[in-house]
Amino acid sequence: MRGATRVKFAAGAIAIALAATACSSSSSSGSSGGTNANGVVNAWWGDPQNPLEPANTNEVNGGAVLDMIMTGLVQYDPKTSKAENAVADSITSTDQQNWTVKLKSGWKFSDGTPVTAKSFVDAWNYGALSTNKQVNSSFFSYIDGYNAVAPASGNPTAKTMSGLKVVDDSTFTVKLSQKFSTWPQTLGYTAYYPLPASFYTDHAAFLNKPIGDGPYKIDSWTKSQQMKLVPNADYTGTNKPKNGGVTLKVYTDTNAAYADLQSGNLDVDNGVPNAALKTIKTDLNGRFLNEPAGIIQTISFPMYQANWNTAGAKLVRQGISMAIDRDTITKTIFDNTRTPATDWTSPVLGEAGGYKSGLCGDVCTYNPTKAKELVAQGGGIPGGQLTISYNADGPHKEWVDAVCNSINNALGNTKACVGKPVGTFADFRNQVTNKQMTSAFRTGWQMDYPLIQDFLQPLYTTTGGSNDAHYSNAQFDALVNQANAESDTTKAVQDFQSAEKLLITDLPAIPLWYQNGTVGWSSKVDNVTLDPFSVPVYTDITVK
Amino acid sequence: MGRYVIRRLLQMIPVFIGTTFIIFAMVHALGDPVNALFGDKAPSPAVAAQIRDSLGLNDPLWVQYLHYMKGIFTGDLGTTFSGQQVTALLASAYPTTLKLTAVAFTIEVVLGIGLGLLSGLRRGKSVDTLVMVMTLIVISIPVFVIGYVLQYLFGVKWGITNATVGYGAPIGDLILPGFVLASVSLAYVARLTRTTVAENSKADYVRTATAKGLPRWRVVTHHLLRNSLIPVITFLGTDLGALMGGALVTERIFNIQGVGYWLYQGILRQNTPTVVGFVTILVVVYLLANLLVDLLYAVLDPRIRYA
Repeated sequence: MRGATRVKFAAGAIAIALAATACSSSSSSGSSGGTNANGVVNAWWGDPQNPLEPANTNEVNGGAVLDMIMTGLVQYDPKTSKAENAVADSITSTDQQNWTVKLKSGWKFSDGTPVTAKSFVDAWNYGALSTNKQVNSSFFSYIDGYNAVAPASGNPTAKTMSGLKVVDDSTFTVKLSQKFSTWPQTLGYTAYYPLPASFYTDHAAFLNKPIGDGPYKIDSWTKSQQMKLVPNADYTGTNKPKNGGVTLKVYTDTNAAYADLQSGNLDVDNGVPNAALKTIKTDLNGRFLNEPAGIIQTISFPMYQANWNTAGAKLVRQGISMAIDRDTITKTIFDNTRTPATDWTSPVLGEAGGYKSGLCGDVCTYNPTKAKELVAQGGGIPGGQLTISYNADGPHKEWVDAVCNSINNALGNTKACVGKPVGTFADFRNQVTNKQMTSAFRTGWQMDYPLIQDFLQPLYTTTGGSNDAHYSNAQFDALVNQANAESDTTKAVQDFQSAEKLLITDLPAIPLWYQNGTVGWSSKVDNVTLDPFSVPVYTDITVK
Repeated sequence: MGRYVIRRLLQMIPVFIGTTFIIFAMVHALGDPVNALFGDKAPSPAVAAQIRDSLGLNDPLWVQYLHYMKGIFTGDLGTTFSGQQVTALLASAYPTTLKLTAVAFTIEVVLGIGLGLLSGLRRGKSVDTLVMVMTLIVISIPVFVIGYVLQYLFGVKWGITNATVGYGAPIGDLILPGFVLASVSLAYVARLTRTTVAENSKADYVRTATAKGLPRWRVVTHHLLRNSLIPVITFLGTDLGALMGGALVTERIFNIQGVGYWLYQGILRQNTPTVVGFVTILVVVYLLANLLVDLLYAVLDPRIRYA
């Protein structure tokens, strides 16, 4: 009996001692406001598809790292998406075609070498040259002399673009091949980051541990497993990290990451699986964010097929658009992580940036009776049946089936629309780029930079690089050119919107919904937000 | 014996060439991987042409295959699109998967044979019924269901183990995934062992051994079990290869960057060197495991001789 009491007493004493040390340790390590400036954030990550070079990174995983370790001429405000100068002191032009870029002094790469005009010009020339096989090469196509370094066929005839000239250490000039007034605002994109001299002299070492001028630097990287990033002491910009570093953990499966988030092994998870969306708010006690990102999903039509390029087919496309019940689909299938689209841009641009809610009007509003009338008036669906092609290795089957259902119900014909899966994404893209589509197909667009230009020019101008529908309207092209030549941003936006209005009647692509970014986080961290590219703002995250 | 082994090893060469070619042709048949590198954007024709050229995609299939085989014999298994050497991937992925397989295999052998022996010796008793029912349940549930349920219970709800396998794949983290990976095979091994043990316990040599007064444990281990294990070993041998290849699902659930992970990535991105490299090694493992099984027969059953 006495023994048992003694044990209890000892246990109590230990508990008190533990509690006491726990208190003291938390109060000593925490700085102002209960945050730990040295705390490390464990964040979700996927394996980058390509080597980590700025001009070779076009997907979100590689992009997330490069944004952390590199800073370009401009950067985007994570809340307003407004472009502001970062390394650039000024980017000016009198004719919207010849630009002079002046750099701020004091910027350094994390290896100690200074960021100069040459760092940018060499990096851009490297990215553009086709023999370097950089997937973002076409981003330099606005610069004069691009066709010589990346001709459509054959080998390049020049190593550098004639439009780029270094004036001195902190100045360079750029001659564009056309007028492009909002060009400076595009320069926050990954492809335009500067590179240190070591990139060219020891390329293999750079790829193992990329070096940049960003808020973080890479401490260690075990490929396909994890990457440790620590604050870069040489960083002179405005986004100084508020934490002691970020460890990016590679997850193969979003469900595994979510299990880790719930059990406290992971702090920030922006790869929340669809299956978890229904319960995530209660699972995480509200530590969840669901907000618009610069991504729009559309259904495009093959305008290169004669039967889709008629006056009647225009009406049919409008009818199909009206037959899609976007509200119900976004609610039931996507748990409100999509917002029904009413224009061809994205809410993250803001009203001033060119987003206009309701621009599409009746055509994007669910109206089954009108839909049926229009399709009949247009002579019925070309080919008798609408098929919507999608890649079966992505999460598309559910919504394609739902869209088809909605169309079938509206038209009162169970065979009006059917989904058409294509095995792999690669095969799907091959069919799209080789113009093999005979009916509708899914298209998605993630913006490269928050500009209305990026949502219209590449997608719907005749020469647009990603004009999968092969839509061509001389009036549209003229309006886009006019907008690009406009020195006043407000007027440029208006011109772009006038062009966008042409899409309402022509409808080469039906807007479906804006995709949201989602992120869940653990109780260990605070201040988790998403930027307009749906990437967490890592520098702002604080650790308790 | 030596000649037998050499003959078997020589037989592996055509099998090796055949499988690599089939896999190579199959991945090739998936189509051109280059456009997918550009995501939802249309590729720049100049760059796409350069990439195709550097990957040799413009050559006919047999030229590409010969080129690949030439690489294999000089120790170059090609690279992924992210520029990593496939040999480096193999070096990082196989030890991880081997660790997982070893854990799973140990669980399978110890628990499977143990439970099978127990229920075989006590057939008709409640222990036997319990083992039969449990194994039936495990066999009828898909592995990924078992995986997710156990992960949720042990990793998330009760917090007994980590929900996923941590950096460097420590053994402690691998026990739960190992169990999940082994579960179905474990059930088969238990049932197989039970049947043969039950059958052989009526055999003449067991009765003789008991009659000459050997202790019961000696009868069981030296006479009964040794003879009962032949079909079990056959199963275990083929299962060793299946465990390594079949770890794909388990590796995904528990976020283990092993063979399954890279095979999945390779297929998704249509990277021929990755897929062929990993499958080739799997084929070799399979062939060696089979050879080992055949050799073990001779050890277990003195009547079997190889010349």
